[in-house]
Amino acid sequence: MSTTTLTLGSRRRHATDRIMRGVLLLGTLIALVPLVAVVYYLVSKGIGAWSVEFFTKDPTGNFLGDQGGVKSALLGTIEMVALASLLAIPLGWGVALYLVEYGRTGRFAATVRYFVDVMTGVPSIVFGLFIYVTLVLGGWGGSSFAGWKGSVALALLMLPVVTRSAEVVLLLVPDGLREAALALGTPRWRVTMRVVLPTALPGLVTGSLLAVARAAGETAPLLFTATIVAGTTFNLGERMNSLPVQIYTDVGSPSDALVQRAWGSALALVTLILLTTLIARLASRRSRIS
Amino acid sequence: MTNPDLRTMDDQRITPEGEGAPRAPLPNRAGGAATTTVLAHDDRQVQQAAPGISIGNLQAYYRGGAHAIKNVSLEYAPNKVTAMIGPSGSGKSTVLRCINRMHEETPGAHAEGEVLLDGQDIYGGDVDVVAVRRAIGMVFQKPNPFPTMSIFDNVAAGLKLNGIKGVDLKQRVEESLRGAGLWDEVKDRLGEPGIGLSGGQQQRLCIARTIAVQPQVILMDEPCSALDPIATLKVEELIEDLKQRFTIIIVTHNMQQAARVADTTAFFLLGELIEHAPTDKVFTNPGDERTEQYVTGKFG
Repeated sequence: MSTTTLTLGSRRRHATDRIMRGVLLLGTLIALVPLVAVVYYLVSKGIGAWSVEFFTKDPTGNFLGDQGGVKSALLGTIEMVALASLLAIPLGWGVALYLVEYGRTGRFAATVRYFVDVMTGVPSIVFGLFIYVTLVLGGWGGSSFAGWKGSVALALLMLPVVTRSAEVVLLLVPDGLREAALALGTPRWRVTMRVVLPTALPGLVTGSLLAVARAAGETAPLLFTATIVAGTTFNLGERMNSLPVQIYTDVGSPSDALVQRAWGSALALVTLILLTTLIARLASRRSRIS
Repeated sequence: MTNPDLRTMDDQRITPEGEGAPRAPLPNRAGGAATTTVLAHDDRQVQQAAPGISIGNLQAYYRGGAHAIKNVSLEYAPNKVTAMIGPSGSGKSTVLRCINRMHEETPGAHAEGEVLLDGQDIYGGDVDVVAVRRAIGMVFQKPNPFPTMSIFDNVAAGLKLNGIKGVDLKQRVEESLRGAGLWDEVKDRLGEPGIGLSGGQQQRLCIARTIAVQPQVILMDEPCSALDPIATLKVEELIEDLKQRFTIIIVTHNMQQAARVADTTAFFLLGELIEHAPTDKVFTNPGDERTEQYVTGKFG
């Protein structure tokens, strides 16, 4: 008697369980479709554009005949994103350290946190415009358009992402570790530098890489700051080419070869970000045990 | 023992030379003996005088003015184990955290009154909080070794983090691990991460880390509550050893533990000190009715 009742009840529950699992699986599969499609198109269309010349020649600017590669764009992106990271990551970590280790619940910290959140939502083109109005039109550094101005625009874009992610990671460091270090008679700043930072490092790196990846793919902040040029330069004071901007101009062109080059550039950009992520992950894993 | 100077904080101060009488080496626990007359590797005796602690009219508050400690005065005898017992929220941990000024690390919290270490008020205006914490070490409820550091580095952390020089790190680490009864278990894997040890070993590692900076007083905040009975027994034996060199104050939820390790026991209730007496007396013939009710399990 009682056994029958139990079976009836559990049969319905099993059915519900199975249906819900099916729904979740279906949702996951639907979410995967665009992801897989993007990777598929990127590889299938882009790989054909890759050649030795693609990576070793600058764009010629010719519409017909030899159109060259994207060397200047690739190097320009690496240079500008590197400088932007050098600006934004230490600053962002610093802000996050202040918020978590010192500001905590104060009114000033709450205000900073609010503005960081607001900055996260600012469209990237606004940062580009801001740098255009201030640094470019102002002719800072003796020139109008320059690579470093693009870097500053990218850094502004990265700053809130770096700060927010770093804050979350630092909050995960158990208070017990801070107390243990303080109770050993360690000054607060040393606790922060020698205990909190190393413990949080893998998470900090991951969070900052999200920002790096986002910055590497941005077109808008670079359009009116670094603009587009054909030649490769290692001088951040000059105009500088970048992959997203190169893609933007190539895709708009009526030449099939240039559209093909845009696909190749897109694949190069994604590969670049993937490699950076991989290297940084390995580096931070190694530094954890030492 | 000279008075610890808490006024100025100079990293070089805590060196073997800077402490007045040199510290004797720790007893080697491998032999299993843990009596006061054990001689160490040289001819100096192990017994060392540590200063006592005396708190007077201590008041402690949390954010929003919550009055956690109400006018507590208490003497902690030198080279003795004093246990603080009481139900949750009785303020025993707060008192402990006032003794090395960790209480003020809680946002919005502050304390009033005096806490004398060897006659000096650690809340005095010219006292450096960092110096206080080097003289008064602390072991926490949950074992909290630094996850990024090896066993060796965990023990050396107090010296390395504070940039203390002129100390033979290897020797100090070995001494401290022996002092914490952990040396024989870890001597062949000092380079492995400290979090790879078992819970009980981690707690003894934290004790080694604390004694490595050579404090005079050790505070223990329920040091065994996260440990199994065998690990607990080891830590309790260790406490017996440690009181030869340190003044020990232990907060515990476990009344049997207080009865086993403490020379005197203080009973707290709702932020007030109800009774402080020799442990035997507290458990067999308490002076206050509330103490009796608590130790006989009528509440709490």
